[in-house]
Amino acid sequence: MWWNALLLALRAIRRNLLRSFLTILGIVIGVSAVITMVTLGRGATQAVSDQISSLGSNLLMVRPGQRMGPGGGGFGAPPFKEADAEAIAGQIGGVRAVAPQVTSTVTVVYGANNWSTSASGVSADYFDISNWRLAGGRIFDETEERAGAAVCVIGATVRRELFGSEDPLGQSIRVKQFSCIVIGLLAAKGQGAMGMDQDDLVVMPLRTVQRRVTGNQSIRTLLVSMKDGVDSTQVQTGVTRLLRERRKLSAADIDNFNVLDTRQIAEAMSGTTRVMTTLLGAVAAVSLLVGGIGIMNIMLVSVTERTREIGLRLAIGALEYEVLLQFLIEAVALASLGGLIGVLLATVASFVLAQVMQVPYLFQPGINLMSFLFSAAIGVLFGYFPARRAARLDPIEALRHE
Amino acid sequence: MNPVPANGGDTGAPLIRLRGVTKSYGQGAAAFQALRGVDLDIEAGSFVAIMGPSGSGKSTVMNILGCLDTPSGGEYLFLGAHVERLTRDERARLRRRYFGFVFQGFNLLARTSALENVELPLLYRGEDAATRRAAAREALASVGLAGWEHHTPAELSGGQQQRVAIARAIVTRPRVLLADEPTGNLDTQRSHEIMQLVRALNAERGITVLMVTHEPDVAAYAGRVVHFVDGLIARDGPQAVTEAAGGDARAV
Ligand SMILES: Nc1ncnc2c1ncn2[C@@H]1O[C@H](COP(=O)(O)OP(=O)(O)O)[C@@H](O)[C@H]1O
Ligand SMILES: [Mg+2]
Repeated sequence: MWWNALLLALRAIRRNLLRSFLTILGIVIGVSAVITMVTLGRGATQAVSDQISSLGSNLLMVRPGQRMGPGGGGFGAPPFKEADAEAIAGQIGGVRAVAPQVTSTVTVVYGANNWSTSASGVSADYFDISNWRLAGGRIFDETEERAGAAVCVIGATVRRELFGSEDPLGQSIRVKQFSCIVIGLLAAKGQGAMGMDQDDLVVMPLRTVQRRVTGNQSIRTLLVSMKDGVDSTQVQTGVTRLLRERRKLSAADIDNFNVLDTRQIAEAMSGTTRVMTTLLGAVAAVSLLVGGIGIMNIMLVSVTERTREIGLRLAIGALEYEVLLQFLIEAVALASLGGLIGVLLATVASFVLAQVMQVPYLFQPGINLMSFLFSAAIGVLFGYFPARRAARLDPIEALRHE
Repeated sequence: MNPVPANGGDTGAPLIRLRGVTKSYGQGAAAFQALRGVDLDIEAGSFVAIMGPSGSGKSTVMNILGCLDTPSGGEYLFLGAHVERLTRDERARLRRRYFGFVFQGFNLLARTSALENVELPLLYRGEDAATRRAAAREALASVGLAGWEHHTPAELSGGQQQRVAIARAIVTRPRVLLADEPTGNLDTQRSHEIMQLVRALNAERGITVLMVTHEPDVAAYAGRVVHFVDGLIARDGPQAVTEAAGGDARAV
């Protein structure tokens, strides 16, 4: 019975191929939208959390300037000094380490190869705070740090661009006007959330960059890592109060620096993607509903068109539920077909969009299966009323129908 | 569950018995009585023609006899079971087991092969595909359509379509064949071919045939003719009587 009903349904669908296709279009769009949204949403969330964990969690980023908006961005606001870093490390409870950082865009040269990258001047704590691991060699020691020695640790991208398959350890690269010995290799972190390459950098002692690259004492960023289990807001408040004091701000002045908590950024960003996913999911759900109404409409048309056929089936002894089943299965077959096409479309769309938007493509079996089952359920829901109408027809009147 | 005794027919009662059957359409002042108290007994194996002017209730009584409709009043006993007390699905079960239907307009499924049309009633009996196919081929052969299995209704003449419909009606080996104006859409030549086929089914297989017709020479194939006038049986008798009546009518 079920098998025959399915064959009948497929035949009915095939007979009105164009009409069937137009009918399921709503479901196709709904399903593919839901799956694409969720897949990309999860991908984006994944990218954000990858970024945060590669940045290092439990981290405060302190920069000159107001946080954003007019006058923000740090221009004009006085930079930090090395003493600020020492003061924070020494006076605020719960702080594990403070790494001052200066960055500058430089061109690095090795042999015939040159590459434009960013040079970071940091203290040795930076590697630990920022979750960097070494792929080889070592980081600079205290002596080199204090002396501002011409040594560097290079990121995976710089290594690839300058050295290819050659071993960079112990080689000299030219950075601006000086040459610098490669003593360590950073393990690759991959792409960040915004699609930037995190491995495209050269790390040197702070003094080296200050003296030979930027030519001044200023520090643009302080990375403050906290001990585990410490309340980050408390540390944030402490750092703010201390820096206000050190920068001699009166009570009326607003902060001329900002303190960002990476965990807050992470939460804000994944919160945004969650809201987007929910919103787009709702839009998709509405289009699924519209698709369901389309199926109900076409099934009602189909029942009217086939009134004589239904009358005949009832006359020769079809039971009510057998006729009901036939039309219900047709509706479910239509809707599931729409779901199936939607799943295929979504796979292609989310794969392509993931490349374009530079978020990882994560295939989600759960949402695919769920959307497919949901579209089948829509077939049942919206197919039931037309099917019941068919099953309840009076065979005599149905046979007389023109 | 089956309302009809398994030994069906051996109860001494006739196959079909109508007692005081009425049927009214509409309600209140607009109500119209299509049947006004019909008593009718039909023995198993008989061939009965129902005649009468248009609107006299022939189709109404056929629908009741075929368990497609229920009487408004009175009793309908089929093999001793009270059909008027059965539910819709119970009547459907009765139809699929005991009845075959032939309609004036053939009512074949369009764009569906003759073979599949004939298989249809077996589908609702839960027969497997191989059994269905074999039985449908046999039924088509018995109406003289061997070799036409894969033609669709559009590719068949009216007479051939009605043969397919008859094959569909008999493929379940029914006790009763109900035909409401089966030759109404056919020319004289085809009408006689169809009637010869129906008579053979009645004579050789013992299928009880109930047939509505307007044409005396079609009714002539039946062994008994029942005349309806205004929802009542006006005359009921063996063929000879009717032919005399038909002769009178022509003489006038
Ligand atoms: N479904 C219906 N609703 C109202 N009146 C009906 C219906 N079916 C039949 N009738 C009326 O009942 C009478 C008998 O109809 P019918 O049995 O079809 O006559 P016929 O002898 O021509 O087959 C007619 O007057 C017809 O108009
Ligand atoms: Mg009639």
